[in-house]
Amino acid sequence: MSQNSKIGAGLGGVVLTAGAIAFGAFLSNRHQNRGYDDAANHTKRQPEGDNAQVGRSVTIRKPRAELFAFWSDFSNLPQFMENVEAIEAGADGVSTWRIKAPAGQTVAVKTELASKKQDELIAWRSVEDSEIETSGEVRFEDAPGERGTRVSLVMAYDPPAGALGRAVAKLFLREPQVQARHDLKRFKMLMETGEIATSARTRDETRAAKQENG
Amino acid sequence: MMRALTWHGTNDVRVDTVSDPEIINPRDAIIKITSTAICGSDLHLYDGVIPGVAPGDVLGHEFMGEVVETGSASDLKKGQRVVVPFTISCGGCFHCKQQQYSACDNSNPAEKQDMSATLYGQPMAALFGYSHLTGGYSGGQAEYARVPFSDVGPIVVPDHLEDDQVLFLSDILPTGWMAAENADIQPDDTVAVWGCGPVGLFAIQSAIVMGASRVIAIDHYPNRLALAKQLGAEIIDFRETDVREALMEMSGGIGVDAVIDAVGMESHGFAIDNMFDVVKQKVGMGADRASALKQAILAVRFGGKVSIPGVYGGMTDKWPLGAMMEKGLQVRGGQTHVQKYTKPLLEKIEDGTLDTTFLISHRLPLEQAAEGYKNFKEQQNEWTKVILKPGMEN
Repeated sequence: MSQNSKIGAGLGGVVLTAGAIAFGAFLSNRHQNRGYDDAANHTKRQPEGDNAQVGRSVTIRKPRAELFAFWSDFSNLPQFMENVEAIEAGADGVSTWRIKAPAGQTVAVKTELASKKQDELIAWRSVEDSEIETSGEVRFEDAPGERGTRVSLVMAYDPPAGALGRAVAKLFLREPQVQARHDLKRFKMLMETGEIATSARTRDETRAAKQENG
Repeated sequence: MMRALTWHGTNDVRVDTVSDPEIINPRDAIIKITSTAICGSDLHLYDGVIPGVAPGDVLGHEFMGEVVETGSASDLKKGQRVVVPFTISCGGCFHCKQQQYSACDNSNPAEKQDMSATLYGQPMAALFGYSHLTGGYSGGQAEYARVPFSDVGPIVVPDHLEDDQVLFLSDILPTGWMAAENADIQPDDTVAVWGCGPVGLFAIQSAIVMGASRVIAIDHYPNRLALAKQLGAEIIDFRETDVREALMEMSGGIGVDAVIDAVGMESHGFAIDNMFDVVKQKVGMGADRASALKQAILAVRFGGKVSIPGVYGGMTDKWPLGAMMEKGLQVRGGQTHVQKYTKPLLEKIEDGTLDTTFLISHRLPLEQAAEGYKNFKEQQNEWTKVILKPGMEN
C-alpha cells in the first residue's frame, strides 16, 4: 500500500494528460500501416497494458482554416485541455506547458514544433531539458459535405512503468486515452458552440469540479 | 437559496433548500419557474430504475417561467415568458443542424459522455434533471433553473396563453406528436396506441390531427381510456379483452397499419438490461417483460410501422426479431427533437387545433411535490397529470 502510493506520487505526474510520454518514432509510423486494413494504428489491437499510442478523432462543423488557426496558437489550448494550466511561448520557439500534477504540483513540459503544414497538420515534440518526454500531432482534414473538419489527435507514449504506470495514471484520472477523448470533445464544444458544456448549477461548483478533475 | 425537488433514493424525493442557479456560460439564462410538471418518465427515476442518479439531484424536465437573468450571448430578454424544451441542444452541431436536437453532440459535458457511449456506441445528449447519464443538469421542479443554450431552446409564449395551455410544449406534446409522425400516418391508416398516459393521449390526438382514419387506444385505467375516447379514439381494456384478437378483428383481418408503444420500460416490466445488475436486483426483473411492444409488433400488419416513444434504457431478450424482419416493419424511436416542434405546435395551440389542458388532473404547490410523485405513481387512474406551481399558496 505505502509502496504503491509512493509510486503513485512519483509517476502520477509523469503519465498525465494530453502530452503523455512519446517518442517520435511511433508518430512517424502512424501512416505506415502495420496491418493490411485501413484503420489508424492507434486502433490496432495491442498487447494488454502496452498501448504505445493514443488517438482520437472528432468531426467539427467548422472550416479547416479556422480550427487550424485556433490550435496554432498554443496559448489557446488550456481553454479545453483540462490538465494544462498554461502554455507559454518562449522566444527560442520552445513552448512550456504547465501541466497539473497530483498534490497541487505542476510539471513543466517543454516542446518545440516538429512539423507544421498550413491548415493540415501541427506536430510537436519535447526538447531535451523537458521534465517529461512527449510528442503529439493534430491533423485537420475536410469532412464530407457540410460536416466540417475531421480533427485527429494522436499521441504516442511509452507508459512510464508499463501496466503499473497506467494503473497509477488511472488512479489519478489522468489516463491519456480518456484525457485525449475528453479534451477533443471540449475543443469541439468550444469551436461549435463558443463555450464548454457544464452541468454545474453554480460557479463555485464549476471551480470545485475543475480542482477535483484537474 | 431556493426550494427544489431533490432525489434521495427509490421512492424518496423531497423538497429541499439548495443553492440558486447562476449564469456560468455566455449562452445561459436563468428562468424563474412558474409551472413545472411531473412526467411519467420521472417515475422511472422515482422507482430507481435509471442508473446515474445521485442523492440531491434536482429533478424535473417539463418547465416554463420568466427570464430573470441572461448571459452575454443569450438572445432572451428579462421578463419574457418562455417554455423550456427538456432536451438541451446547442443548435450548431451536425445533429442539431439536421433538427435531430435530442442527439446534440455538445450539451452533455465531456466527462459525463463515457457511460452512455459505452451503452449505446455514442454518447447521449443532455436532458434536464434526468440522471448523470444525460449530463446531470439540475432540473426544473424548482424555483429557478439554469438553462444552457438559451438562444436555441426556450420558446417565447404570448401573454394571452395560460401556463396550462403551453407548458406541455416542453416535452409530452412534442413527444406525442413525434410519436405519431414516426408512425408515418397515411389517410386510411388504423393506428393502435399502447398506453394512455400523457404521451399516449397526445399521440392519439396527433394521429387524429394527422388524418388517421381510425385510432385505437389500449390501457386498463378506465379514466385514462375515457380521456382517449373523448379525443375520438376507440378503446380496448386489455384486462377485459384479448388485444391481438380484437385488433385483428377491428382491422378486418389485416393487422393495424401502425402501432405506437407509449408504455416504455416499466409499466409492464420492460426493464433495463443486465449491465445494470443493481437495478435488476432492485426490481427483481425477469427478462421477458416487453409485453406491450411485443404485442404491438405482432399486431401490426406486414409492412407496417412501429413507433416507440416509450422510454427504454437497456436491453431485452425474447425480442420478436423474426416478426420484425419477416413482416418488413419500419421501427422508429428516439428522444424527442423538441426544438423542431415547439413553434409549429405553439401555432396549433393558438389556432385551437390542439388543446392540452384536458389532461391536467392536479395542480399543487412545489412544496407538495413529493405527494404529487406518490399519487401520480400509485393512483394512475385519477392522477393523470400533475403540475407543480412554485408560486402557489400551500
